[in-house]
Amino acid sequence: MKKLLLAIALGSVCAVSFAQGKDLKVAIDPTYEPFTFKTADGKPTGFDVDIASALCEQIKRKCVFVEQVWDSMIPGLQAKKYDVIISSMSITEDRLKAIDFTDKYYNTPSRVVVKKGVAYTGPASIKGKKIGVLKGSTQEKYAMGELKTVGVEVIPYEAQDQVYLDIKSGRLDGTVADFVEVTGGFLSKPEGKDYNLVGPELYIEKYFGTGAGIGMRKGEAALKAELNAAIKAIRGNGSYKKINDKYFKFDVYGK
Amino acid sequence: MSAYYTAILQGSVLTVGVSLCALLVSIVLGLAGAAAKLSGRSVLVALATFYTTIIRGIPELVLMLLIFYGGTIGANNFLEWMGSEATVDINPFVAGVLTIGFIYGAYMTETFRGAMLSIPKGQMEAAVSFGMGRMQAFMRITAPQMVRYALPGFTNNWLVLIKATALVSLIGLQEMTYLAKQASAATRSPFEFFLFTAALFLIYTTVSLVVLRRLNARYSLGTKRGTL
Amino acid sequence: MNWAVIFEPQNLALFGTGIVTTLGLLFSSLTVGAVLALAFALLLTGPWAPLRWIVGAYTYVIRGTPLLIQVYLIYYGLGQLEWIQARWNDVWPWTHFKEPFFCALLAFSLNTAGYTAEMLAGAIRETNAGEIEAAQSFGMSRFQVMLRIVLPSAMRRTLPAYSNEVVMMLQSTSLASAVPSLMDVTGAASRIYSDYYLPFEAYLAAAGIYLIASFALIGMFKYSESRWLAYLAPRKH
Repeated sequence: MKKLLLAIALGSVCAVSFAQGKDLKVAIDPTYEPFTFKTADGKPTGFDVDIASALCEQIKRKCVFVEQVWDSMIPGLQAKKYDVIISSMSITEDRLKAIDFTDKYYNTPSRVVVKKGVAYTGPASIKGKKIGVLKGSTQEKYAMGELKTVGVEVIPYEAQDQVYLDIKSGRLDGTVADFVEVTGGFLSKPEGKDYNLVGPELYIEKYFGTGAGIGMRKGEAALKAELNAAIKAIRGNGSYKKINDKYFKFDVYGK
Repeated sequence: MSAYYTAILQGSVLTVGVSLCALLVSIVLGLAGAAAKLSGRSVLVALATFYTTIIRGIPELVLMLLIFYGGTIGANNFLEWMGSEATVDINPFVAGVLTIGFIYGAYMTETFRGAMLSIPKGQMEAAVSFGMGRMQAFMRITAPQMVRYALPGFTNNWLVLIKATALVSLIGLQEMTYLAKQASAATRSPFEFFLFTAALFLIYTTVSLVVLRRLNARYSLGTKRGTL
Repeated sequence: MNWAVIFEPQNLALFGTGIVTTLGLLFSSLTVGAVLALAFALLLTGPWAPLRWIVGAYTYVIRGTPLLIQVYLIYYGLGQLEWIQARWNDVWPWTHFKEPFFCALLAFSLNTAGYTAEMLAGAIRETNAGEIEAAQSFGMSRFQVMLRIVLPSAMRRTLPAYSNEVVMMLQSTSLASAVPSLMDVTGAASRIYSDYYLPFEAYLAAAGIYLIASFALIGMFKYSESRWLAYLAPRKH
């Protein structure tokens, strides 16, 4: 009898959860300092996380953060594992075919990063070098479209901070990344001191889109309107500026 | 830095949880499968054989990805088709437990089948002649003896199952391996964190071995081993 | 279900690269692992106690930790050590540690060597004592006894368990997708899933490929058992 009860107790610990309620499930990829990352004790933090919390306050729902690997962000959204993606996801034509976006909440360009002393005059000048990119990102599209075609070795990684790990160990010669992210997550740290940003600011719309927005499933017009209004509200009432200044010395909202 | 280690230790609780729940599922499936294979009815035997053959032919990772990514979409499509508004979210814990339980159910089927076959048939006949029902005979005669015969194979399966839980990190469950990977990328020191996680796994397998050896001794009381 | 996407040429090519990587990893790690396993098994059953303990500890750790952690330790962990970083640009053999394929190969080989060594050592220990006595009475040295009597017999008796190990190694190669830039069958399926949002089609296709490969391997082993373990087969008349 005791064993039976134990088995039932053990079995009920392993139950399927049904998703319901007024919580807003927000997907984040916490490997993208300073936009989305975790403190040592596991709390999500960063620009995206703070903006998400501010927006949730505006629309009066509770933010529940769900971690997700970057290249399965959109499939996870379509599988209804979460309601929105607030993780520096750029609004591009390709992505708009699958999901919907709100207006942008920031826009920063991408740059190429290589070791100091490497003369960079364009993609062809780093032919033969190994460049790491985040799988499923706009930078990967750019690298495959412009760098791989001229002979640069492009290696996709699961998470941006794993790119930095391999740059530090010497397996990679550089990366293409959002310039704010690479500054905050790599160049300002001890292992990034021998690397620098090269080349022009990349705003090419065909690859990089028109800024980072909040991703959601198609057909959620009410949620989209709510969040757009909330973005305008926090831009107007100063909370956006407060969060912006906490992480950056300039306005990331961009053009 | 030490906060990362504490987080990994907390993740180890999830690892133990996944492995124990998966063990439960695999024991249930193993008993069912063994019963099916020994029942003699061709449909059941064919089903059980199909189950054990397919499982050994597909990697655990592929099965896990199929159930985690495909299963949620499939379940939601099914609910939509039924006209329900509810959404089911198969979280990584459940997906991991179901997958690992399902896979090791196949291995347990073989172990339990071998164990049941090792019990002398005369004992079943004697039980029936006493008027015991099928369930009674199973609980009183078959099950206790089966434990002794099944233990070596069971121990093996359990140890492999523990290690398979590391794969659940690849579908996003925040157990030891996942937290170690995140910590190592964030602090750029993978060696320390992965070594720590490996040591935790080693402790887990060693403790399991000790417990299962004790169990073996308890269930072998009264049996005689031939001396060489 | 949208199966047409899987059969588009660029996706088939992706699976093709995956199959080549998977089979390449499988056979090279089995070869290296088998050679190492033979050496370890001989040390495990040898006369030198310290070596027995060292190899015993090695197999205990390999069999007690997950393969995924072993892969991460070799790829990321070794890459972090400054001693290796200083050498892997110019000094052979450390240059190989930069490549993901080599790191995966090393992890898989060490893993299969640990398991196979224990299997082989068990078979060596269970060799018929009478055969060894007979060989010794012929005046064969320890080396000759091993080479002519014990090993042929032990390797044959390990065949069934080894066939299990080979099939498990095939399934384990799917972990190569955890190493960046290695595109094996599972990696190809994951790529198709994240590009086209088709989990069922992509992973079922991958499962199908692995099943075919497993059946082929099991068939090969059944044939080799019929040849080399013919003396243990049940009588046909």
